[in-house]
Amino acid sequence: MRFRIIVLAKQVPDTRNVGKDAMKADGTVNRAALPAIFNPEDLHALEQALSIKDKLPYAEVILLTMGPTRAAEIIREAMYRGADQGFLITDRKFAGSDTLATSYALSLAVRKLAPYHLVISGRQAIDGDTAQVGPQTAEKLGIPQITYAEEIRSLDAKKIIVKRRLERGVEVVNSTLPALITVHSSAAPCRQRIGKRLMKFKHARTVTELQNETKDYTELYTERPYLLIEEWSAEDLKADAVSLGLSGSPTKVKKIENVVFQLKESKSLSNSDKDIEKLMQTLIGSHIIG
Amino acid sequence: MENFYTDNPHLKFHLTHPLMARIVKLKESDYSQKDKYDFAPLDYEDAIDSYDKIMEILGEISGEIIAPNAESVDKDGAQLVNNQVKYAPGTQRNHDALVKAGLIGFTLPREYDGLNMPHVPYVMSGEIVSRADAGFANIWGLQDCAETILEFASDELKAEFLPRFNKGATAAMDLTEPDAGSDLQAVQLKATYDTRLHCWLLDGVKRFITNGDADISLVLARSEEGTTDARGLSLFVYDRKDNAVTVRRIENKLGIKGSPTCELVFRRAPAKLIGDTKLGLIKYVMSLMNSARLGVGSQSVGLAEAAYREACKYATEREQFGKAIIKYPAVYEMLTNMKVKIDGMRSLLYETARYVDLYKGYNFVSRERKLEADERQESKHYQKLADMFTPLLKLYSSEGCNQIAYDAIQIFGGTGYMKDFPIERIYRDARITTIYEGTSQLQVVAAIRYVGNGGYLSVMRDRSLLPVKRELEYLKGSLEKMTEQFARTVEKINEYGDNEYFEFHARRLVEMAANILIGYLLLYDANRSDEYALSADIYIRKGRAENVATVSFINNCHPKEVNDYKH
Repeated sequence: MRFRIIVLAKQVPDTRNVGKDAMKADGTVNRAALPAIFNPEDLHALEQALSIKDKLPYAEVILLTMGPTRAAEIIREAMYRGADQGFLITDRKFAGSDTLATSYALSLAVRKLAPYHLVISGRQAIDGDTAQVGPQTAEKLGIPQITYAEEIRSLDAKKIIVKRRLERGVEVVNSTLPALITVHSSAAPCRQRIGKRLMKFKHARTVTELQNETKDYTELYTERPYLLIEEWSAEDLKADAVSLGLSGSPTKVKKIENVVFQLKESKSLSNSDKDIEKLMQTLIGSHIIG
Repeated sequence: MENFYTDNPHLKFHLTHPLMARIVKLKESDYSQKDKYDFAPLDYEDAIDSYDKIMEILGEISGEIIAPNAESVDKDGAQLVNNQVKYAPGTQRNHDALVKAGLIGFTLPREYDGLNMPHVPYVMSGEIVSRADAGFANIWGLQDCAETILEFASDELKAEFLPRFNKGATAAMDLTEPDAGSDLQAVQLKATYDTRLHCWLLDGVKRFITNGDADISLVLARSEEGTTDARGLSLFVYDRKDNAVTVRRIENKLGIKGSPTCELVFRRAPAKLIGDTKLGLIKYVMSLMNSARLGVGSQSVGLAEAAYREACKYATEREQFGKAIIKYPAVYEMLTNMKVKIDGMRSLLYETARYVDLYKGYNFVSRERKLEADERQESKHYQKLADMFTPLLKLYSSEGCNQIAYDAIQIFGGTGYMKDFPIERIYRDARITTIYEGTSQLQVVAAIRYVGNGGYLSVMRDRSLLPVKRELEYLKGSLEKMTEQFARTVEKINEYGDNEYFEFHARRLVEMAANILIGYLLLYDANRSDEYALSADIYIRKGRAENVATVSFINNCHPKEVNDYKH
């Protein structure tokens, strides 16, 4: 039996180089203005999976992502770097999912890929920064979770030992398998795309993408079935409609504020008790703390 | 994310030149490999798309790994440990990244685990890597040695050595000796055939060998006892695993410090003969040197690009007398001249690479089937163009990058003279380009033949027959006038029938020809994209003024005045 590693990844708007047009007037992210990228910590997660595969040739790495059609780009990206295959969870019914609904859909997809040994994801995505999806998925799957992983110290068919990067140090923990780990950005960066794999997998497409292609390489997909990326809908996952998308998402965004820091807003304080007391009052008063 | 390919749109412009369709078709044997290799292109667009994507990987590795390592590599250099070369840690990381990305064996056929890329993208890879770290570009560029094995060695040697490149084997070409630098005919390293061991053994010393402790080395040696000229030399391949060569020292150089320059001692080192004896220098090394000169061309363009970017950035940020220095004519003129020169150098670089691709492409096809008469003619035509353009490229681009690095430091002022910015490293690294793989003076010796036999003149006249947009006609008019002026000047010098006089003016004549030929290249670039209209205009006007000055000097210099210069 192959050692199956499932990498959960997300395509996100590149919020690291935010320009003036990054937010729309209504306070939501202007996705059109930001390039869509492979969520950085998910790349660290992919590297962990691939480095396991370097050591265990019978391991296979499967990339799982949820998103619109174009999210297939990150499946190809993962294939260029060494992933064996990928699946795209895509359905209008998933639109508006918060972390609860997302982890529900992901857990169904992971179950569909059973038996699996390891699920690896990035700690958090740079668009939402919640760090909830990994842990929630593990809960739904009923498997142990190790968050903030920096390094996989050792691994065999039944057990994994992981070093975690915490705020004030590190911690080494072990767990039985299957388990889910979320990877921290201090872990090894992801390897580069590999030339020949890129040329081999660059034609990989989902059925929806193929329908929109202008160039017709139809025969290619009969000859090379590995170039077809499977798409899974809510129905394929036998998902309960109520738990999906907006209806499955208790998170409600009340208000979004565009905060621009300006130099004039800085204040100088002395180290006297009086000044500190005053600052505390202000912070409590504006509900920043307390 | 820094990407040295995607941030420079000139590269894609040259990668998608109209001649590429023929080049790729030849290289891909009419797209016949797609059934055998799942990464072979399906058609022309697919091939260009693959090249584009491979360049993106290379651009990312260059921008994100090689460039950030360049400073430490320059500082650490390579070390000699137990008579072996240990790369600077940064150099090793660069090499490892390229090996892991599977990019070595760039031009090798797929049957030897290569990527089967044409020379145009390969030369482009050299430019990109050089912009990141010109010294490291030597280690990357020495995969040229694989081409020599592919072209001239037996099937047995090809099977033994070629697949190792993609796995990360490094290479070196061991030519120079203490008494054989520019004059390689004087090579003395001895090759003797041991009838008991059934192999060749090498004995002697090589000096100034770039990457001398490589896994695979091509060694020029004297196999014919008692000979003293080129006809006694053969080319061998030596495998580092045989452990019969010691590195005596690593030279302490002005620049390209990450590229170890070694003195090697061969003691009964077993080696295998490439091709036939006696053809080592006259055939195989000549071919290798042409590739190496193309390599220095790409290195020069990469260095120039790096210097120009540094200078532009600094000139925009640095304020004096209340405004950014880029606003002053003395500074912006320098920057624009740099840019124009780089456009010209780059155009010459990829034009030469295309010629090499075309004639090598036909050579490659001729192994499978007999070429048709018109194909043979094409092949010869492009080989001749490659021979004509290679020395011009090496001369013009290496001198150009030194000028550009010099001016870039000037723009930095005192700050540029300090070790605080990369520009001083670029300046030091650039200095070697006019020297190695044949000095500028030797490039003139190679190029002057085509001044004498009318080769360049006929290329200029052919170029003037190609149509251009109406708004560019005036530039073509200038180039035609420059061509006639060049022809008259050569004729006039020839009338004296004085060889020394002709040799005395050789560099001036070659540079006149370069101004015209590069002018034509930029003119046709401008014809293809408006982006180059300004560069073509400035380049041709400046070139014309330079040629007028040269002619005025030549006209005022009688053959007997050559004596005034004798030392």
